[in-house]
Amino acid sequence: MGSLEYLLAALTPLNLLLALAGVVAGTVIGALPGLTATMAVAVLVPFTFAMEPAAALIALGAIYTGAIYGGAYAAILLNTPGTPSSIATTFDGYPMARGGRGDLALTLACLSSVIGGLVGAGFLLLLAPPMATVALKFGPVEYFWLAVFGLTLIASLGEGSTVKGLIGGCVGLLLSMVGVAEVGGDVRYVGEFKALLGGVDVVSALIGLYCVPVLIELVASPGQHLDATGRVASFRLREASTLMGRAKFNLARSSVIGTIVGILPGAGGSIASLVAYSEAKRVSPRRAQFGHGEPEGVMATESANNATVGGGFIPTLVLGIPGTPPDAIILGALLVQGIRTGPTLFTEQAPVVYTFIWGLILATVIMLPVGLLIGRFAFKSIVAIPKAVLVPAVALLTVLGSFAVHNNPHEVQQMVVLGVAAWVLGRLGFSASPIVLGLILGSIAERGFVQGHLIGGARGSVVAEFLGRPISIAIIAFILLGLLWPWWVKRRQARQGQQGATTNE
Amino acid sequence: MTRLARTIPATLGGLALAAAATLAGAAGYPEKTVNYIIPFGPGGESDVSARLQEPVFKKLTGQSLAIQYKPGAGGAAGWAQLNSIAGDGYTVMGSNLPHIVLQPLQKDVGYKTDDITTVFWFHFTPDALLVTADSPFKTLKDFIEAAKKAPGSITLSGSGTNSSNHLAQQQFDKMAGIKTTYVPFGGTGPSNTALLGKQVGGSFGYSTIQMMLGAQVRCLAVAMEARHPKLPDCPTFKEQGYNLVGGAYRGVAVPKSTPPDVQAKLADILAKVNADPEFIRKMEEGGFAMINVGPAQMPGFMAEIKARYEALAKEMGIVKQ
Repeated sequence: MGSLEYLLAALTPLNLLLALAGVVAGTVIGALPGLTATMAVAVLVPFTFAMEPAAALIALGAIYTGAIYGGAYAAILLNTPGTPSSIATTFDGYPMARGGRGDLALTLACLSSVIGGLVGAGFLLLLAPPMATVALKFGPVEYFWLAVFGLTLIASLGEGSTVKGLIGGCVGLLLSMVGVAEVGGDVRYVGEFKALLGGVDVVSALIGLYCVPVLIELVASPGQHLDATGRVASFRLREASTLMGRAKFNLARSSVIGTIVGILPGAGGSIASLVAYSEAKRVSPRRAQFGHGEPEGVMATESANNATVGGGFIPTLVLGIPGTPPDAIILGALLVQGIRTGPTLFTEQAPVVYTFIWGLILATVIMLPVGLLIGRFAFKSIVAIPKAVLVPAVALLTVLGSFAVHNNPHEVQQMVVLGVAAWVLGRLGFSASPIVLGLILGSIAERGFVQGHLIGGARGSVVAEFLGRPISIAIIAFILLGLLWPWWVKRRQARQGQQGATTNE
Repeated sequence: MTRLARTIPATLGGLALAAAATLAGAAGYPEKTVNYIIPFGPGGESDVSARLQEPVFKKLTGQSLAIQYKPGAGGAAGWAQLNSIAGDGYTVMGSNLPHIVLQPLQKDVGYKTDDITTVFWFHFTPDALLVTADSPFKTLKDFIEAAKKAPGSITLSGSGTNSSNHLAQQQFDKMAGIKTTYVPFGGTGPSNTALLGKQVGGSFGYSTIQMMLGAQVRCLAVAMEARHPKLPDCPTFKEQGYNLVGGAYRGVAVPKSTPPDVQAKLADILAKVNADPEFIRKMEEGGFAMINVGPAQMPGFMAEIKARYEALAKEMGIVKQ
C-alpha cells in the first residue's frame, strides 16, 4: 500500500491545525440543536477553495466527523438530537443524564465515536474500492425494506405502550407525506397552507418534537435540570473503559453496521445508529434496560454514526456518488478543486486521497482529548447554569436552529407547532421518537416503494421485485427476527416465570 | 441631495459615480452574504454550477454566496416558496427550465410560471441517453431494437417527474415508436446511483453525467444540434435520424418583490461571472453549454420557451384538464 509516506504527508503542522480546528468547530456546531453536520460542512466549503486539495479535504472531514460526534451532547444533556444522526442516542443517553450519569454518558459517547470513526476510516483506507460495490447493490426495493426495518424499531423502543408507539409512528408517516411528492409530484395534505408544499422539515421537526417539551417541562417543574447531587463532574474514564471492554462486540458490530449503512447513498447516520441500536438491544442480555439508561445503547449509536463518516466517503471517492448529504457537498467542493472522482481516483490522485484518509484518521484521534474536554465543559455548564438562563438560551437556539435550515420563518412555525403538539402528546403517553422515525423513514420507504413498483412492473413481476432479491430477503429476515425476538424472549421468560420469579415488564 | 452631490465626488472616483447614477438604490448591492437556494439536493448539476459560480461571485463583489438546499418535488417545493421570501436581493434561488414551465401546466404546484422572476439564464445541459459501460446496448440502434421486442420492459432512471429528462424520454419514445418505463429519482445523484447499480436499464440524463461518471457509462446519444466539443464519441440523436434537441436551462430567480434596480445589478454580476474565462473552462469541461440571457432578452426568451414547451406538453398529454 505504501501509505506510510502519505501518513507523513498528512502530518504537516498546517494539516494538524486544520484537523484540530475542524474537530473543535464541528463538535460545537453539531452540539447546537438545529445546526447539522451538513450545515457545518456547507458553511466551511467556501473557505477551502483557497487551500490545497488534501488540506481542504482534511478540514472538511474533520468538521464533519466532529459535528456527528457533537450531536451527542444535546442528545444526552437536553434530550434533543443535535443532528439527525444522534436521534437514537437520546434513547439511553438522556435517561443516563437524568440518573446522574451524564458525565459517564458523554465520555462513553466520545470513546465510542472515536472507535466508530477509526473503524469507518480503516475500511476507507484498506477496502474502499471493493466495498463501494455495496452502494450499487442497493436498489429502491432494498431502501424500502431498510426503512421498514427501521420502522419496526418503533415496536421495540421500550418506552411506554407499544400501541401508542405505533400510533405515533403513523402520525410521523402522515407528516412525511405532507407537501409535493418527490416521485410523481402530487400535492398532499397542504390545503390552503402553501407554506406546507415543501413538506415538514426533518431538522425543525427534530428540534420541535424533542426540545420544546423539555423546555416546557423545565419551566413547569421545580428543581435543577440535571441532578448532579453535589458530585464533581469527572471523566469517569476508568469506569467507561471497563464498560467499553465489556461491550467490545457491540462496538465492533455497531461500527461495521455504521460503515455499511454509511456506504449506502440515501440512508445516512440516523438510520445507521437506529439499526445499530436495535441490533445491540436485540442481542443484549440486559435488553430490558435499553431505553432506561443502558450504556450499551449510547455506545452502539455513537460508534455507528461516526463510522458512517468513513463509510460515506467510500462511494463518494470511488464512484462519484455521495454516501451521505455532507459527502454530496464535499463532492461538489472536489469538483470545484478540479478533482474528478471515480475508479481511477485511487491510482491517479493517490497522494491526495491517501493524505486525506490519514488526515481523517488523525482528526478522529484528535477528537478523543478534544471531545472529552468539551464534553466535560458542556456537562458542567448545563448542570451549573441556572434554569432561568438555560431555558431562554436553549429556546433562542431552537428558533435560530430551525430558521437556519432554509432561512425561512415557516420552519420556525413548524417547529413551535410540532413542539407544543409533542408536549401535549407526551402528557398523553406518546413519545417523540416514533413520530420522528415515521417522518424520516416514511419518505425513504415511499420513494423506494413507488420506484420499486415501477421497476418491478417493467420487469414483469412486482412481487418478485420486492420479495425475490437476495439483499431484500436478508433484510426481511432481520425484520422478522426483530419482530418475533421480543415475543419469543417474553414467552421463554413467562415459562421460566412459572418456576421462579422474574421481574420484567 | 445636495449633500449627496457634494460627498460623492469628494470620496469616490468618476467610475463609481457613473455606476451610482444608473443604479441609485442598488449601488452598494451586495453589501452582505447572498443566500443562494438550490431547489434540489446537493451533488447535482445545479449544485455543482453554483459551487463554481461562488468563488467568481466572491472575487467580483467581495461578498460570499451561501449555497443552501431546498429539495423536493423536482424543485417545486422551493419555487412555491420563492415569493414568500423577503425581496431584498439577499436570498435568491436557482431557476430551471423546463421545470418551471412544465410543473404548473400539469397540476397546481403552488406557483405559476410567471411567478418565477428569473433574472439571468447562464447555461444549459443537453439531454443524453446513457447506459453502463458493460450494457448490451452498444448503440442507439441496439437500444431501440430491444425496446421494440419487449415494450415497457426497459427502465430508464431520470431526475424528477415532468423534468427535462422525463420530457426527453417521452419525446424519444414517440419518435422511435417504442415504449420505455421512466423511473423518477430525487435528483441526478440518486438517478446515477440507480444507473451504475444496474437497478435500471439506462438513464435519460444530461451530457454532464458522462463527464461526471467517466468510463463507467456510455453515452448512446445526446440531444444537441452537433456533437459536444468535449464528448466527440457521443453521437447526436439528430445524426441517427431522430430530431431530439433540448435540455435543461439553469438560471437565478428572485422573489417578485425584489426592486428592479437590484434585479438589474444581480443580472449584471451574473453576466460577469459567466464571462470569467476560468469559469467558462471549468463549465465546459463539466459538459455544460454556456448561454447569456439577461433582463433585456428575458421576455422574448421566456415567451419562445413557454410556447415551445406548452406545445410539447399538450402533445404528450401531460397538461392538466
